Amino acid sequence: MRIRIRFSKHGKVRFTSHRDVARIFQRVLRRAGLPVAYSQGFSPRPKIAFGLALSTGHESEAEYLDIDLDPERTDGLEMGDLPARLSNELPEGMAVTAAVVIDRRTASLQQAVTSCTWQIDVVDTDANTVAGAVARALAAETLVVTRERKGREVTDDLRPGVLSLDVEGPVEAEEDEGSRVRLVAELATKPRALRVSELLGALDPPLIEHRVLRLHQWTTNETDARQRSNPLNAAASALVGAT
Amino acid sequence: MSLWPRLENLLPQVQKPARYIGCEQGAQAPTHGAGIVSWLLTYPDTYEIGLPNQGLQILYEILNERDDAAAERAYSPWTDLEALLRREKIPLFSVDTHRPAGVFDVIAFNLSAELTYTNLLNCIDLAGVPIHSTARADSEPLIGVGGHCTYNPEPIADFVDFVVLGDGEEVVGEITEIVREWKDTGRFDGSRRSVLRELAKVAGVYVPSMYQVAYDGAFIAEVTPRFADVPATVEKRTVADLADWPYPKQQLVPLTEVVHDRLSVEVFRGCTRGCRFCQAGMITRPVRERPAEQVRTMISDGLARTGYDEVALTSLSTADFSGIRQVIGETISDAGCDQVSVALPSLRVDAFTVGIAAEIQRARRTGLTFAPEAGSWRMRQVINKLIREEDLYGAVESAYSQGWRRMKLYFLTGLPTETDEDTLGIAELARNCVALGRRHHSSPSVTVSVGGFVPKPFTPFQWFGQNTVVELSRKIGLLRDDLRQNKGVQLKWHDPKATLAEGITSRGDRRLGPVIEYVWRKGGTFQEWSEHFNYDLWLEAMAASGCDVDWYVHRHRTDDEVLPWDHLSAGLHKDFLWQDWRDSLNELGLEDCRWTPCYDCGACTGYGIEHVVASTSPPAGGSQGTGVDLSQGGAVPVVLGKRPRAESNGDDPQPRRLVGVG
Ligand code: SF4
Repeated sequence: MRIRIRFSKHGKVRFTSHRDVARIFQRVLRRAGLPVAYSQGFSPRPKIAFGLALSTGHESEAEYLDIDLDPERTDGLEMGDLPARLSNELPEGMAVTAAVVIDRRTASLQQAVTSCTWQIDVVDTDANTVAGAVARALAAETLVVTRERKGREVTDDLRPGVLSLDVEGPVEAEEDEGSRVRLVAELATKPRALRVSELLGALDPPLIEHRVLRLHQWTTNETDARQRSNPLNAAASALVGAT
Repeated sequence: MSLWPRLENLLPQVQKPARYIGCEQGAQAPTHGAGIVSWLLTYPDTYEIGLPNQGLQILYEILNERDDAAAERAYSPWTDLEALLRREKIPLFSVDTHRPAGVFDVIAFNLSAELTYTNLLNCIDLAGVPIHSTARADSEPLIGVGGHCTYNPEPIADFVDFVVLGDGEEVVGEITEIVREWKDTGRFDGSRRSVLRELAKVAGVYVPSMYQVAYDGAFIAEVTPRFADVPATVEKRTVADLADWPYPKQQLVPLTEVVHDRLSVEVFRGCTRGCRFCQAGMITRPVRERPAEQVRTMISDGLARTGYDEVALTSLSTADFSGIRQVIGETISDAGCDQVSVALPSLRVDAFTVGIAAEIQRARRTGLTFAPEAGSWRMRQVINKLIREEDLYGAVESAYSQGWRRMKLYFLTGLPTETDEDTLGIAELARNCVALGRRHHSSPSVTVSVGGFVPKPFTPFQWFGQNTVVELSRKIGLLRDDLRQNKGVQLKWHDPKATLAEGITSRGDRRLGPVIEYVWRKGGTFQEWSEHFNYDLWLEAMAASGCDVDWYVHRHRTDDEVLPWDHLSAGLHKDFLWQDWRDSLNELGLEDCRWTPCYDCGACTGYGIEHVVASTSPPAGGSQGTGVDLSQGGAVPVVLGKRPRAESNGDDPQPRRLVGVG
């Protein structure tokens, strides 16, 4: 039996890495007594699969995790209790917000997710400058950057990956730091995941991130590319369809 | 009060920011305020190394259980964060609630290695507290230290307000009461000296400023208390029965990777194997076993609470725990199908121990580590590590036959009376181990790890002049040449220059304060880290402070010399240690007093306590300290003929557990 959960990550724990989060979940699942299935072999590992890695320092409303359960031990497992049961064991700042049973044939998170929506607060730049940079980027046909890959310089056009980009206006910042400009961007994850820092670096003038929050991960309906959904709904409806 | 809003803007710029956030399972956010003594328990190295420290975790819980105490934790920030903190004028902080270190009543450090002394100074400085105890104001925190290094705290005497000798479980409460009263009465002007004087009267607490050192030329004439009510000798504290202290009850589970990232259960404290080079064994006597039932509960509760899948049973020699086999068996069966592994961090060198390892490591038999410590039976009698070649070969044979392929052997070089023959014996042992392995595998490998010996206070070798860098390098060179042709043996060694720096601080006196301060002022922090260790800086500091390396490190001491730590006591009678030193030079081994009559070393007799050991007979297998005829030790010939292969029991189709032995 496979389940998919959604969890959030806020506050101090945002400084843990993707690997840290994997380790945290391994322990949390044991503490919560979930009947997780283990791999065979010399070093048995819990069968869990994460989606796209979240950069260290970024927060999220929408992280996902697939967990295989041992079917022989799932009697009496209440899916409705799961979010609270797991959240109880998670460190402060992390919480499981939803859990569903999914079909084993459901595409993995890595495969299924095609884009993410990000909320980006940028470091001390006035609203007009930000608005100008955004307008120029949206008007441009290409956003070419050069980067190093395996010791070689490669050029990349980021523009196709920028599915949307909006200025959400200044927001009140903490303490006496004045106000901050907030952007909301939907960035593609295929063919490769476009990173927030790459986008900001490619703007003119380049901007620097202050706080970044992943708001959504999106999957695209195979038959209708304009219909997108989140990985939970997509998987759950697939299961309904399957039964 | 929290520095977090300022810190969080810096963390995106540093490596591994998760080590500064706290948030561990088991972390506490205690209440501070009037009538509550706040302690900042600090490990002067990185979070990864400091977090697992059991000593700090035990005190963290014991203090936070008290109504009149609040304990938080801090670790040395890595150099990248330190630079930012200094630039932004942000002080050292606790990871629990991110309070500035300077607002705590007590900053207490665990000192487990001499090379962290410069980090100690750095942390005090980062806390915004003057590094010299004499310069501190009444409003500033008390700086305390504990841990194994503090049996000779003289090199850091200028920088600390008080030192705790021995087990901390009971004494932290007594200190808290004295500091609470100081706090209650408002820490008026000049009261700092009186609180230090009160602390100096607590058993196990040493206040360096209450003692005066008189010199006679280069030598110490005497160390005397400045006041009549301050004891002439400070005795260590010893917890009589570990059963009273089932801590940590809530071991901290970090959110990011640390060394020893697993549950730890201390199964006993103390060791009377009597290895003469081993300070830990000498200063933690007598042996105090935890009741097996309590061990079992601590394991099962700990695993359930933490979600760890590995438990380490810790002590100085875990195979010596009475009924070790049963405890391990129960742990494994209690854990059922939950893939729990058991680690024995310190394996004894014999086949019995390998048998235990085999029981808990059915899968993933990659490497095992043994510590014969010296290459010849003669040398091992000198150091009282009474392992016969038969024991080692038995252990190695048993390991190879049960599927392990890699052995790691630990040795010391630069030991008293060591000849080149003894040194080369290391190569000989390693070669023979590889030969044994060839009977079972096509390419067995043996890693030989050689460390330079540093004589430590409160051991029979405290009088011995440490080998020079040149001599240690020569010995390592001998081994390299001898092993050059040998496939299958890898030689690794500890940098003799680091061994020298350790030697400077290990047996130094108060005149070394300026040396440590010099190294720190020139940026010499993280000296435990090879990329930061700066040998030339230590030599420069010694020269600048007028201290002679030869005199402090390489000189043999005589029995009439006043040693810098003679006014402190680990319970051991100085004449017992001297006798043991003479016995050592006569190549006389000494059996383990746990199962044979007492030698009156003083560790029990002086404090009215005794060994707490469940089994009255020594463990099966192995000869070390078990009363077998030691004279036959070196005579066991190694026969490398063909032997029937041992029945493999590694065919469990569904391996249930893994283990981190070695
Ligand atoms: S006092 Fe006796 S029994 Fe106790 S540790 Fe010393 S020698 Fe052993």
